[in-house]
Amino acid sequence: MKLISSIVTLSLIYATPIIITALGGLYSERSGIVNIALEGIMVVGAFVAATFTPLNEAVFGNWTPWIAILLGALAGGLYSLIHAFVSIDLRADQVISGTALNMLSLGITVYFCQIFFNQQRTKTFNRGFVKTNVPLLSDIPIIGDLFFKRMYYTFYVALALVIITAFILKRTRFGLRLRASGEHPSAVDSVGVSVRKMRYIGVLISGLLAGLSGGIMVLTQATQFTAGSIHGIGFISLAALIFGRWNAYGVLGASIFFGFSQIFTIFSKDIPLLASVPAEIFKAVPYVLTIIAMLIFSRKNVGPKASGELYDVSKR
Amino acid sequence: MKKFLTLALVLLLSLSLIACGGEGAKEEDKPEAEGPQSETIIDNEEVDKDSLEEITIGLVTDVGGIDDKSFNQGTWEGIQFYAKKFDLPASNIGYLQSTSDADYIPHLSQFSEDKKDLLVAPGFLFEESLKKISADFPDQKILFLDAVVDAPNILNALFAEHEGSYLVGVAAALKAQDAGKDTVGFVGGMDFDTIQKFEAGFEQGVLAVDPDMKIVVDYVGDFNNAEDGQTLAAKMYDAGVYVIYHAAGGSGNGVIKEAKDRVQNGEDVWVIGVDKDQYSEGVYEGNKSVILTSMLKGVDQAAYDVCKLTAQGKFEGGTVIYDLKANGVGIPADNPNLTEEWTKTINEFADKIKSGETVVDPVPSRVK
Repeated sequence: MKLISSIVTLSLIYATPIIITALGGLYSERSGIVNIALEGIMVVGAFVAATFTPLNEAVFGNWTPWIAILLGALAGGLYSLIHAFVSIDLRADQVISGTALNMLSLGITVYFCQIFFNQQRTKTFNRGFVKTNVPLLSDIPIIGDLFFKRMYYTFYVALALVIITAFILKRTRFGLRLRASGEHPSAVDSVGVSVRKMRYIGVLISGLLAGLSGGIMVLTQATQFTAGSIHGIGFISLAALIFGRWNAYGVLGASIFFGFSQIFTIFSKDIPLLASVPAEIFKAVPYVLTIIAMLIFSRKNVGPKASGELYDVSKR
Repeated sequence: MKKFLTLALVLLLSLSLIACGGEGAKEEDKPEAEGPQSETIIDNEEVDKDSLEEITIGLVTDVGGIDDKSFNQGTWEGIQFYAKKFDLPASNIGYLQSTSDADYIPHLSQFSEDKKDLLVAPGFLFEESLKKISADFPDQKILFLDAVVDAPNILNALFAEHEGSYLVGVAAALKAQDAGKDTVGFVGGMDFDTIQKFEAGFEQGVLAVDPDMKIVVDYVGDFNNAEDGQTLAAKMYDAGVYVIYHAAGGSGNGVIKEAKDRVQNGEDVWVIGVDKDQYSEGVYEGNKSVILTSMLKGVDQAAYDVCKLTAQGKFEGGTVIYDLKANGVGIPADNPNLTEEWTKTINEFADKIKSGETVVDPVPSRVK
């Protein structure tokens, strides 16, 4: 039982940044902009959060990591505006713009580390998030062990974001317009709603969420920001977005599954029957499944139709 | 708005260009000199300053940068210490910082073309580039730390990590015994012979104190994945491991983070750091740290010694192993989490290794 609850708890913790970043990708893709810059935005968010924390922990005490991730989110939002500007206003290729941002992010953050801390990483912080037993809820038998013991509160933030996102996209006027911008932009335009504005908002929200997630990742898992802090979680989130069929609850499921398969890799060595299977196989499972999912979805038009396409008013 | 965004973009891009090329291109000097003392470098040989040639030394850092509190910085400190001790003009020593692997060959060539008396390359990342440089500049004397390139003009300094790891193994076992625990753990970066040396020494050190102690061993499979490091640590601590010795670089940050989280929740767990004194990274409250002690590599000692050899005209290619006796490995001078009694015991074990009474095997029992 202890083993199972460890695996579940650790999977949820592992999944937290994937969920939040994939939700960010969801807003962006639903509005019609492919955002492969998620990884780079996470790097920026992580850098800002990890820079703020050691410099201010004496002032804000236990609130420091919360303020830090909000700042990380803001920084991510700002950073994503570059992507929005380049791909919406300048009509550049969205994939190229995203790739540029990914590459830029490492250079610029390490550069600022050098300026602020005279080293190529941030100063170690003492007050990251701390794993906590949630009061009352952790006393519930079984469920308490699985979901409320030794958890980071940030997981519940991710869960709340999933519910909010599902609600916004499905039940609000704004959500309808956002989705329409990614499905059929000329229809949106024809009723007097600016596609450009909707897409800007979509990218901005994706930046805020990816920045938030980057901050959470570094403050829950490490003791400082380094160039390897994010190590591809942004790309895994994109896979989770596809595997989750561009849908908030799908993203939640896919992310937790991805988290589970990573954690399972680490535990599989101790499970007698599985010990002989190379751990790498479990690690590869999510990506193999993502490729299979893409093959299946490619026939069914699951994703936003106009995602990745420029919206050109003159061609209406 | 459009103009502003364009400007901002241009600014960002130019900053990134600076970040890529700027600092690496110029040679930097650190002239400040205090007085020749070092806590970590030992030199018992009295040398007349005048008998030494006034040499020039160039250090090329790997991507970690000069302030990495680890290899690059330690090596530079060794060179600086040498320069201070023997009144070398500040302009005689200098370093070039590499921001990517592509910088290694240009930087090494630059120093070689400047005809530095000694070229220093810390860390295994230089292996490929040094093969080329040693062939292109056969007269250039080169000190290569922590790995081996076979060339007549390269002196390879290796470290007996297994001996240092033995000592932290002793520390771990003493601490665990004291707390009434019976399991300690090892988290490695990647499973190959260099890292296995850490595992082997740790294992033998633990068993030397308590033959009944259990040792759990696992590898992250990556040196830069704090996430998996944290998960592995969580798994080990859940399984009753009391002290984890990590030799996992950036992944080790996750191990430290997990220990900090647990200690803040009232659990009693410990981590042993690697390569440098990691005490400050384990601080969770005031001055309390989860770092029991750390296994240090004396890159500064090696750099210092080889500078001196070069100045004496005794530089020879080949491989030198910096072991405990040569002050190449060890634990920090100051260990707030170890009692004096334990430190004494650790020193006794160290003396046995130095005298040759104890021989530490670099291969873990798991592999044999």
